[in-house]
Amino acid sequence: MTYTPNPPSVSQAMLRSIGLASMEELFADVPADVILNQPLNIGEAHSEIALRRHLQEMANKNINVDQFPCFLGAGAYDHYIPAVVEQMLWRSEFYTAYTPYQPELSQGILQAIFEYQTLICNLTGMDVSNASLYDAGTALAEACHVACEASRRSKIVVAGTVNPQYTHVLTSYSISGNTEIVTVAAPDGTADLDRMLKEIDKQTAAVIIQQPNFYGHLEDNIKILEQAVHKQKGLLIMCVDPISLAVLKSPAEWGADIVVGEGQSLGNNLSFGGPYLGFMASTKKYIRKLPGRIVGETVDLEGRRAFVLTLQAREQHIRREQALSNICSNQALNALTASIYLCSIGARGLRAIANRCHQLAVYARDEFLNKGLSMKYELPFFREFAVKVDNPAQMNKMLLENGIIGGYELEDSLLLAFTEKRTRAEIDKLAALLGGYNHD
Amino acid sequence: MTKLIFEKSVPGSNAFFLPPVDIPSVDLSATIPQDFLRQDELTLPDVSEVEVVRHFTELSHRSFGVDDGLYPLGSCTMKYNPKINEWAARLPGFASLHPYQPESTVQGALELMYNTDKMLCEITGMDRYTLQPAAGAHGEMTGVMIIKAYHQDRQDSKRTKMLVPDSAHGTNPATANVVGFEVVEIKSDEEGLVDLGDLRSKMNDEVAGLMLTNPNTLGLFETNIMEIAAIVHEGGGLLYYDGANLNGMIGVARPGDMGFDVVHLNLHKTFGTPHGGGGPGSGPVGVKSFLAPFLPVPLVEKKEEAYYFDYDRPQSLGRVKDFYGNFGVILKAYAYILALGGEGLRSACEHAVLNANYIRHHLRGVYHIPFDRICKHEFIASSQYQMEESHISTLDVAKRLIDYGYHPPTIYFPLIVKEAMMIEPTETESQARLDDFIKALKDIAREAQENSELIKTAPRTTPVNRLDEVGAARKPKVKWEAAQ
Amino acid sequence: MNIPQDLLYTNDHEWVRVDGEQAYVGITDFAQDNMGDIVYVEMPEIDDEIAAGDQIAVIESVKAVSSIFCPVGGTIIEINDALESAPELLNEDPYENYVAIVKMDNQDDLDQLLSPAAYEKLCAETN
Repeated sequence: MTYTPNPPSVSQAMLRSIGLASMEELFADVPADVILNQPLNIGEAHSEIALRRHLQEMANKNINVDQFPCFLGAGAYDHYIPAVVEQMLWRSEFYTAYTPYQPELSQGILQAIFEYQTLICNLTGMDVSNASLYDAGTALAEACHVACEASRRSKIVVAGTVNPQYTHVLTSYSISGNTEIVTVAAPDGTADLDRMLKEIDKQTAAVIIQQPNFYGHLEDNIKILEQAVHKQKGLLIMCVDPISLAVLKSPAEWGADIVVGEGQSLGNNLSFGGPYLGFMASTKKYIRKLPGRIVGETVDLEGRRAFVLTLQAREQHIRREQALSNICSNQALNALTASIYLCSIGARGLRAIANRCHQLAVYARDEFLNKGLSMKYELPFFREFAVKVDNPAQMNKMLLENGIIGGYELEDSLLLAFTEKRTRAEIDKLAALLGGYNHD
Repeated sequence: MTKLIFEKSVPGSNAFFLPPVDIPSVDLSATIPQDFLRQDELTLPDVSEVEVVRHFTELSHRSFGVDDGLYPLGSCTMKYNPKINEWAARLPGFASLHPYQPESTVQGALELMYNTDKMLCEITGMDRYTLQPAAGAHGEMTGVMIIKAYHQDRQDSKRTKMLVPDSAHGTNPATANVVGFEVVEIKSDEEGLVDLGDLRSKMNDEVAGLMLTNPNTLGLFETNIMEIAAIVHEGGGLLYYDGANLNGMIGVARPGDMGFDVVHLNLHKTFGTPHGGGGPGSGPVGVKSFLAPFLPVPLVEKKEEAYYFDYDRPQSLGRVKDFYGNFGVILKAYAYILALGGEGLRSACEHAVLNANYIRHHLRGVYHIPFDRICKHEFIASSQYQMEESHISTLDVAKRLIDYGYHPPTIYFPLIVKEAMMIEPTETESQARLDDFIKALKDIAREAQENSELIKTAPRTTPVNRLDEVGAARKPKVKWEAAQ
Repeated sequence: MNIPQDLLYTNDHEWVRVDGEQAYVGITDFAQDNMGDIVYVEMPEIDDEIAAGDQIAVIESVKAVSSIFCPVGGTIIEINDALESAPELLNEDPYENYVAIVKMDNQDDLDQLLSPAAYEKLCAETN
C-alpha cells in the first residue's frame, strides 16, 4: 500500500515547478557519508489484502479473554464495554485530530475533556482534574513531583500494598535525584501502620496509599495516616480504582490531597497493557502545579460559553527547562472513552456493576472455602483477593488446559479478580479445579 | 450552544442493566464495614443511549481531524491514518488480551513486538528498542534516563548538564530538567543550524549529552552532524536524537549512521498512527548496543521459536510505565511499516519533503521565509511583512485560515523566529490540496492589505469566535457545577 | 514608559523602593508591558530567607512565564496578598503594587542596582 496521493507524473511536475529535476535533489544538503545507499531491509510493500491476512493470523496466535474466561486483575480488568462506546470511537473527527490548540476549531474535543474532568471530579470528590496522563503508574510518579514541589521536600513514603508495578515506576523515575522513595513493607495484606508512622516526618513530601490495595483489600488506617502526614505538612496521595468509587468512600472523604488511578476499567480495551489512561485530581490548592493539560470554561467575544486549554504557563512548551513535568500529550482518546462509558452506564449502572463484582467475588470466596481452599489474607475486599495454592505457576497452567485464564501469580497464592462479565458457572468451574488440587 | 452532557440529564432515563445471576445477593454493608462505604452522592449524567450517541456525534462535528482536511501543524506530522490499522487494533486477538496472560497465549502479540523492535532498528540504524514509553516526551525522558544511567554506571558523576539547542521543542529542556540535569542552551547560527563554536565552548566534562532534532525545527538538515557527533563524543558525552522530525529523512538517512547513541521515535507522527485528539501516542526508544543493558524491563526475546518477556536485566533502569507500552498503538505502526515496505517509507519521505518545498517555493514574496533554501519535511514562514504593513500577526493569519477550511500551522514556534508559522504538509496531501492551501494563504495576504479587519475578527465560520483566554487562566473554571 | 525617579532597578526589570532596612520589590512598567495580561503570580512565603538574585516569585501570562529575582538578600516579611486574587494589578499599576517586602541583610546589595537613568538606557537598548 501507499498513502501518498501524487502519482509520479504529478510529483515530477511539482519538482519542475520548483526548479528541481529529481527527488534526490531534495536531499542534496544531506552529507554523502550519511546517505543510505540501499533500501531499508524490511521487506516489500504489502497489499491491503495481504496485510489484513497477516494481521488476522498474528491475532489468531493469541487466546483472548472472550475465548477463555479471565480472572486476572492486578491493575487491568476485563469489564464489559457497551457497544455504544466502541461505536462512538469510530468518529474520525476525534481520533484523527491533534491536541486542541486551536479552540475555535476544537470545541467538541475541548468540551469532551471538560466533561471528563467533571466526571473524574465527581467520582473522586476532588476539586480539579487534569485531562489525563499515560497510566496509573506514571500518574503516581507525576503526583510525587507535585508533592515534592509543593512541600519543597523529597521523601515519599509508599505503603507496601501499593501495586508493585507502580512502585517500580516511582523508583525508576527517582534516578532524577528529585525524589527519595521509601517503600514500607506490608506483610499482613494492608499497610503496616506502625512502620508507616515511623517514616512520616518533617522531610516527608507525601504518603501514598492505594484503595483497594494491590491485594484487593481495603486499607483501614487511611484516616490515621492522613492525620499524621498532614500534621507534618506533607500530602496524602491516594491511588484508587474508579469502578470501586461507585460504592467505596471517595478519596475526598478520606482527606486526600492528590488522587490518581488507572482509568482502563472505564470502557477501555485491555489491549495487552495499553493504551490506558491515568487520571489525576486534586484539591484546589494544587491546580497550578498539576502536570498535563487542563481545559477551562470561558467565553468568546460575543459572550458565548466556550472551552479552551488553560493554565498553559505550567507546561513544557512555555516553561521549558523550568517545567515541573515534561508531559505533552494526554491520553485524550482514552479519556473520551472513559467519558462515553460513564455516560452510557450512569450512576445506577456503575453502582450495579460495582455491586455485581463484589457479589461475585464474595460468592467465589465462599466456594473456595467450601472446597477447602484458604484466603491469603482474611480481610475485607472489593472484587479481588488472593487464594492460597501450592504452586501458582502450575495452577495457572492447569487452569489454562481447562480453558481458563487464571490469576496473577504471587509467591504462595493466585490473585483473582471478578468482574460483572464472570458467571456462576465460570466461578464454579474455577473453584472445582483449584479445589481439586489444593486442600489441607 | 451545545449543552453539556450533565445539562441533558433526565433522572431515570438511563436504561443500562445487568443480566440476572443465580448466586446469593449480597448487601455490601454486610460484607464491607460501613466506614469504607461512600457517603457522598455520586453525580453522573442520567441519559438515554440515543442521547449519548447524539451528544458525542454533535461534539465530533465541532472537532477537526486529518479526515476533515489539510492539517499542516509543523513538527506534528499530521499524515493520513490508514483505516486498515484501526480495524486491526480492534481485533479481539489484540484488543482483548490481558497484559498478564500466560506467554503461551500471547505469542502473536509478543512476535509483533519483537518484529517491531527489529524493524525500527533497521529503519534508524540502532541496535535495540524498548517499546514501553507512551509518548514522545515519555520516550525523551526514558532516553535521557538511559544517558544518566550510563554515566552513573561509569561513576562519572560530574556530568550534570544537558545541552539543548535554542530551537528545540519545549519537551527537550523540560525532560532534561525532570531527569535532574541542568540545561545549557546552544545557539543557532545564521544558517539556522547548531552553532559549532558555541557547542565547542560549552562541551566539557560536566556535559552528559546533547539533545538534537534532525531535521531541526526549522525544517533544516543539520549538515554538520558528523562534526557535532565528534565534538560531543570526544568530550565524553552522548548524542540524543529527538525523532519528532524523522519523517524528513526516513529511508534516506539513519540517525544511527550519524553518531546518535539514543533515539526516540513518535509512532503517532512518522508511522501514521492517529493522534487521538491529543493521545495516545507511543514513543519507542532505540539505543546502540553499549546502552542496551540500561533499557527498561521487560524486553521481548525469542528462544526456540517461542517469544517471552525478559526481566532478567540487572543493569536496567527499571520501568517507565505500567506493562509493556501502548500496544494498541504499536500494532498500528507495525501494520504501517509492513504496508509501505522499505522503498515505500523512503518514497513517503520524498513526497513529504517535496510537498514542504512546493509550498515554501510558492509562498515566496508573499510571506517572509527566513531560511529560504531546500528544507526537509517542514519549513518556517513568518507574517513579518503582514505585521509591518498592516499589523496583522501570525495569530490573525492562523485564525483566518480556519475560515478557509484549514487547520492552522504551528505558530510562534520555534521561538527564535518572530511571527513564526511552522508548516508541515506531510506526504499524504495531493498537489490540488497544496495548491488550494497556497491560494488561501495568498488570499489572506491580500486581505491583509485590503481589508485587515476581516482577518483580525477571524474566524467567523466556527461555532465560537476568539476566546477570552486571559479570563480562563485568571479565574479557572475546570469542571461543571450544577447551578444552586 | 514610566520609570519613577525615586526607585532603583535591575537588569531583569525589577524595581526596589528602599524604606530604612526594608526593600519593596516589584516589576517595572516595561516588564508588565512585555508580559501582556498577567494571569497569575506565584508568591514567596513569609519568613523565606533569600540571597540577592534568588527567584522569589513567578509571573504568568497566558503564553509566557517569567521569574522575579530578588535584587537584595534578606528575609521576606510581607507579600502582597492582593495579587493572588487580582494579578491584573501588576498590569494596571506596577509601581503601586509591590510583590514582596524584604528585610535586608546587607544594604551593600543596593550598590549593584541601576539608577533610573541607567535603567531607562537599558530599556531603550532592549527596544
